[in-house]
Amino acid sequence: MSELRAPSTSGGPARHAERRDKPRSLAGDAWRDLRRNKIFWIAAVLVVVVLVMALFPALFTSVDPRDCALSRKNLGASGSAPFGYDFQGCDVYARTIYGARASIEVGVLATLISGAIGLAFGLGAGYFGGWLDAVLSRIIDVVLGIPFLLAAIVLAKRLSHDPQSNGVLAVIVTLGLLGWTTAARVMRSSVIATKSQDYVAAARMLGAGPARLMMRHILPNSVASFIVVLTILLGINIASEATLSFLGIGLKGDAISWGIAINEAGKYVRTAAGPLVWPSLFLALTVLAFIMLGDAIRDAFDPKLR
Amino acid sequence: MTDIHAQIDAIPGVDPHAPLLEVSDLHVEFRTRDGVARAVNGVDLVLRPGETLAVLGESGCGKSVTAQAIMGVLDTPPGYVTRGEVRYRGVDLLRLPESERRKVRANRIAMIFQDALSALNPVYSVGFQLGELFRVHRGMSRSDAKLRSIELLDQVRIPAARQRIGDYPHQFSGGMRQRVMIAMALALDPEVLIADEPTTALDVTVQAQIMGLLAELQRQRTMGLILITHDMGVVADVADRISVMYAGKIVEEAPVYDIYARPAHPYTKALLESIPRLDMKGHRLNVIPGLPPALTDLPRGCAFHPRCPYAHDPCRRDPSPRPSHIAPGRTTRCHFWNEVAGA
Amino acid sequence: MFRYLVRRLLQMVVTFFGATFIVYALTFANADDPLQALAGERPITPSVRQALTERYHLDDPFLLQYWYYLKGLLTGDFGTSLTGRKISDMMAQAWPVTIKLALLAIVIAAGVAVIAGVISGLRRGGIFDNVTLALTLVVLALPIVVLAPLAQLIFGIKLGWFPPTAGRDASLYALLLPAIVLGSLVVATELRVTRSSVAENLRADYVRTARAKGLSRKRVIGVHVLRNSLIPVITLIGVDIGTLMSGAIVTEGVFNIPGVGFNLLRGIRTEDGPLVVGFVSILVIVFLGLNLLVDLLYAVLDPRIRYE
Repeated sequence: MSELRAPSTSGGPARHAERRDKPRSLAGDAWRDLRRNKIFWIAAVLVVVVLVMALFPALFTSVDPRDCALSRKNLGASGSAPFGYDFQGCDVYARTIYGARASIEVGVLATLISGAIGLAFGLGAGYFGGWLDAVLSRIIDVVLGIPFLLAAIVLAKRLSHDPQSNGVLAVIVTLGLLGWTTAARVMRSSVIATKSQDYVAAARMLGAGPARLMMRHILPNSVASFIVVLTILLGINIASEATLSFLGIGLKGDAISWGIAINEAGKYVRTAAGPLVWPSLFLALTVLAFIMLGDAIRDAFDPKLR
Repeated sequence: MTDIHAQIDAIPGVDPHAPLLEVSDLHVEFRTRDGVARAVNGVDLVLRPGETLAVLGESGCGKSVTAQAIMGVLDTPPGYVTRGEVRYRGVDLLRLPESERRKVRANRIAMIFQDALSALNPVYSVGFQLGELFRVHRGMSRSDAKLRSIELLDQVRIPAARQRIGDYPHQFSGGMRQRVMIAMALALDPEVLIADEPTTALDVTVQAQIMGLLAELQRQRTMGLILITHDMGVVADVADRISVMYAGKIVEEAPVYDIYARPAHPYTKALLESIPRLDMKGHRLNVIPGLPPALTDLPRGCAFHPRCPYAHDPCRRDPSPRPSHIAPGRTTRCHFWNEVAGA
Repeated sequence: MFRYLVRRLLQMVVTFFGATFIVYALTFANADDPLQALAGERPITPSVRQALTERYHLDDPFLLQYWYYLKGLLTGDFGTSLTGRKISDMMAQAWPVTIKLALLAIVIAAGVAVIAGVISGLRRGGIFDNVTLALTLVVLALPIVVLAPLAQLIFGIKLGWFPPTAGRDASLYALLLPAIVLGSLVVATELRVTRSSVAENLRADYVRTARAKGLSRKRVIGVHVLRNSLIPVITLIGVDIGTLMSGAIVTEGVFNIPGVGFNLLRGIRTEDGPLVVGFVSILVIVFLGLNLLVDLLYAVLDPRIRYE
């Protein structure tokens, strides 16, 4: 038997007293740490603001983002248009606010799809092991074998052949189908680690079937890292949508998105920096917020940082 | 490179007639988010050449921390030595500058650890890790260091030492790895060896081999050996004296036979009684009720009193019992040791 | 070691077939008119249609088409772009500048990441650490579609420190800004991995042993900790080279560098099927090859892997 275990084999504080007082779950500990973390709160506030912007853009601006007049082309900032006008004469501020919706929509839905696929693959591969694991892991290898951006480009192009659509569905499906690999791997390793724990064997001996084992015993312990990955994936998906739109493969038609705005503004950047800078800023802050959130949650759950 | 032994002997205060190692009133605490854990609360130890001192105690009593503080390898934050002295031949190591203190390590005082697999660097060969000692401390060339390393592996009875010198730690079995650690510790012929639970991670048969090896090497070199363990069986064979530790204090210290014959502290007594024996078949095993105290929240008075069958009122009040000399070479921290020893 | 190699090679082969098949299928498998998919939105005359059908074996079943395509790949024939040029020629022209860009980017990114990561890992919680972490967070979050145009605007146009675009025979200096921008894709994760690897290894038991051996702090960190800490980082850097080569699409587009990504993007925009498939296939091969090399490197660096 070694010495008390915090931090390594040196002596350290015993938690006996606290264990005797009240039971502290990992989630409870994590929430306590999270509450104290300033970064968590900053990120959470940003996320909420962006969500509100996406759901209720009218709260932030009364201007119609599609009300464009070439006469106002590339005008600078003014009282009624705090960010100025872009090359088509549209109000940059309005377009930026409304752009949030596309980003959040695409980001959230794509992440949900990735999450579902990742959960299924990870749980299946981790729990059942054997040939199922081998097959699923090879599939993951193949998906990872194509660099993400390339695969996204090819897939999005393929899915968006219909010139009528504005490409939202294509982008969502593309990102969803390509983003699940990390989540699957994380879930798989959590499941494998949890599966061999004694309490799972005990539950199985008491007659629990695979479904019950998975839902009640294995899943709750694997869920923390999975959620962290998904949160960060959300940030990545928002950035990827912008990248695809920038390349002309993402949203098109009359869709309003930050990626589209950045792409278009690039050509006129020498005359007007506003149309480039403002959507860029909003995009960066949104992605930053989600990544910070994921980081904060991960730090709160990481027992090694205690 | 000037002779390192000359350098050490030149440290001011070195007195060849002073005891080899003398620890006085050592206090170590760990400052963490959940409070201050008092891991070591006034430990005294003395070690003479050729002597084996066993430090006995359960997990969390502070014995490893004491060893680390002596060696100077405590994790400093969060661990801090707050009081006391560690005198090597009269020189207080705690107050030496790190550059001087480093010379004493491995050259005069060496340490081996419990889990040899994690204690050895996995990406360097055994030969490299052994040879490093000779190259850094003795200025030897690579080939000379390699020769000496092979000799060392032979001394700790690792078969085919010449072939295995280039192998990596994970390629050895548990017992072999521990021998490598011992070789590393003895490479520079230290005067003191501190062994922190050297056999806990090994099978019983391998345990016996390793303990036998340690005893033989110690005799050959007249080293002082501090053996840290929680296993009373291991101790009986090898130790000359035993210091029993509880909650950061030495609660009893005595020559080995005296402790087994007539323990003078309730904790020692309870430990001895809890060893299962064949003639207890059919009876309940003796157990010490309760749990060791949290080091962040030590009880008033004697730390053992909540679990002690001999506890009276004075035990529950501060101050905690001072060490009393009850016989030559015996001390105990118990107000009522008479009762305990008499019973 | 040998078994490990063989296993990895087999995995690579499986992945290669799977990946190229998916790319091929996505580009060409179209229930309606495969020729139209090939040609995009351009109209096709009957004679052209006849010729193309023969050349691309379009009367044959789909899998057979894929087989012809694979055969071509393995013999180095990447086919012909719809613009008429041989794709292998286009690649020969495009690759050198992309390689230069990617290598420059990885050298800058890895250099910064490892140095800053080691310092942060050694002094966790210190000022340098907190500032660096904040910066990496920002860089991580700034999508390249934001960073590239902004960098071009600020450093290329407004401040004029670098030329805003780089042509085919761009000098090393002209590639510097795009390389820094490209490197931003990977520098943040590399730094974080270095940092946590160093921090974790500092707490390892073998560090205590090294200190007990009387080794100086410099040696404990420089010889013992670093060697262990850098293993995951170096393998990550290897993988990142591949990531950068494919991530260069945006950077090449913004800075007008006619490399692989630039051509690929143009091929996508002009709906040049064969070109897209050809370039993506070669990128997949390079990516897989790099991954294999990285795995080999990992075995060299970590003796525990070697003897599996």
